[in-house]
Amino acid sequence: MPDASHAFPHLPHLPGVGYKAQHFTDIMTDPAPVGWLEIHAENYMGDGGRPLAQLRVLSERFPMSVHGVGLSIGGEGRLDPDHLARLKHLCDWLNPASFSEHLAWSTHDSHFLNDLLPLPYTSATLTRVADHIDEVQSLLGRRMLLENPSSYLAFAESTYSETDFLAEIVRRTGCGLLLDVNNVFVSATNLDYSPQGYIDAYPLDAVGEIHLGGHDEDEDDFGAPLLIDSHGREVVDPVWALLDYALAKSGPKPVLVEWDTDVPDWPVLADEARRASQALSRVLV
Amino acid sequence: MTVQTAFRAGLLNPAHPVPEGLTDGHAQPAGRRYGVYRNNVTVSLRDALATGFPSLISLIGRENFDHVARAHLRQSPPTSPLMMHYGAGLPDFVATLEQLEHLPYLADVARIDVAMRQSYHAADSTGIDPTLLQSLDEESLLAARFGFAPSMILLRSQFSIGSIWHYSLRGGDKPSGHPEDVVILRAEYDPEPFILGTGAGDVLHALHSGTPFGEAIELGGEDFDLAALLNLLLSQHAITAVDH
Repeated sequence: MPDASHAFPHLPHLPGVGYKAQHFTDIMTDPAPVGWLEIHAENYMGDGGRPLAQLRVLSERFPMSVHGVGLSIGGEGRLDPDHLARLKHLCDWLNPASFSEHLAWSTHDSHFLNDLLPLPYTSATLTRVADHIDEVQSLLGRRMLLENPSSYLAFAESTYSETDFLAEIVRRTGCGLLLDVNNVFVSATNLDYSPQGYIDAYPLDAVGEIHLGGHDEDEDDFGAPLLIDSHGREVVDPVWALLDYALAKSGPKPVLVEWDTDVPDWPVLADEARRASQALSRVLV
Repeated sequence: MTVQTAFRAGLLNPAHPVPEGLTDGHAQPAGRRYGVYRNNVTVSLRDALATGFPSLISLIGRENFDHVARAHLRQSPPTSPLMMHYGAGLPDFVATLEQLEHLPYLADVARIDVAMRQSYHAADSTGIDPTLLQSLDEESLLAARFGFAPSMILLRSQFSIGSIWHYSLRGGDKPSGHPEDVVILRAEYDPEPFILGTGAGDVLHALHSGTPFGEAIELGGEDFDLAALLNLLLSQHAITAVDH
């Protein structure tokens, strides 16, 4: 069983990938260049079986990141105490190097909608999100990272920019941030602002991890480009360029490639991780 | 109405108008941008259901399954973020659908899909040493109550659900049409459905409910094959305790 004696205290400044069960043998045989793994918390909340058995083996060899997708931190209701308890159980058992969640909501009136839904950025929502993060950090006994969302629309009532909103959450709660550069690119394209300008305004000192992944292309009612965060293909060149831009300003960070739908064979994912490794090596020089 | 109540209202209802106060980041209304979330929610829940029902999909086809799944998820969205458990109510929903009335066995076959997934995620356990049963004297054995692996799930049906499940996913002989009891067993990590012989469903149901061994095996009738049932349970590490 994992315990503190096996634990890796930090994610290394190396590429990681989102773990998929079909890659278990490849990863155990030759993980290069991957130095750490991320799991979606909710997929490991069963009582036993192969998922937990694989996790036990992987955690002895790799630093692990637990990435929640179901806590609904941006939700109007209170956090689900049962789900919080499951999360605590998983984190206490696995003792991961990192825990992260999203600036989004997914549960409303007890229905779980299985998507990362947007919220307006106002004083009221800021207080609510900060309270929820305080609750999570206090219960888990660890600092969490909060990820910026992919946005397809904006709220007329928002009074904060997303970067100011995140900076204020960091100031109030002491949490860290997970900078998803694909989400930055998607949101900046969809809402027509500069992705580099977003990175410039982002509180990079708080970043504990960077994500990138693939997206799909569509357009809105007026013919404007509408990018959809799908995690179902290779990362596009402008997002790699944005990673370089962010790393040049932030210094080296743990960088994760996400590929969640139409998951490819291991060599394709390892190639994407290799590209992330090259981006990291350019910062170290 | 709160912002999220308004936003939630149209997510699973395509006829609902786009909520007010949503824009493209400038002055234009959000329009189909809201539809991205609507589509994400529906497709992700539909795909979550599809993951859990391989035999049902094989029997009615993916297109028909998607119609059934969409109707179900609009009526019964998940109440937990654990997608591994979502779909437990789908067999009951299938049983209510008039357009599937000509396939009366579908709901019970779909219950095998649900049980396979439950078994896959069930707690680990250790089977007893098979020689333990032989070491008991007759009186102790007849009075013994068995404990079973949490991954063991017994399903009983008036249809030949085990044969249909096998035929739908692995081919082989056409189903017989006789009623079948099926037990899902997980020797290590991969659950497998086994079709039980005559009387074995009654016996196993009784044993699983805590009935003493001697009393339970009386329920099997004259064609019941006790050795076959015990061999199956022991080889799949399904008996985890014998209290005598």
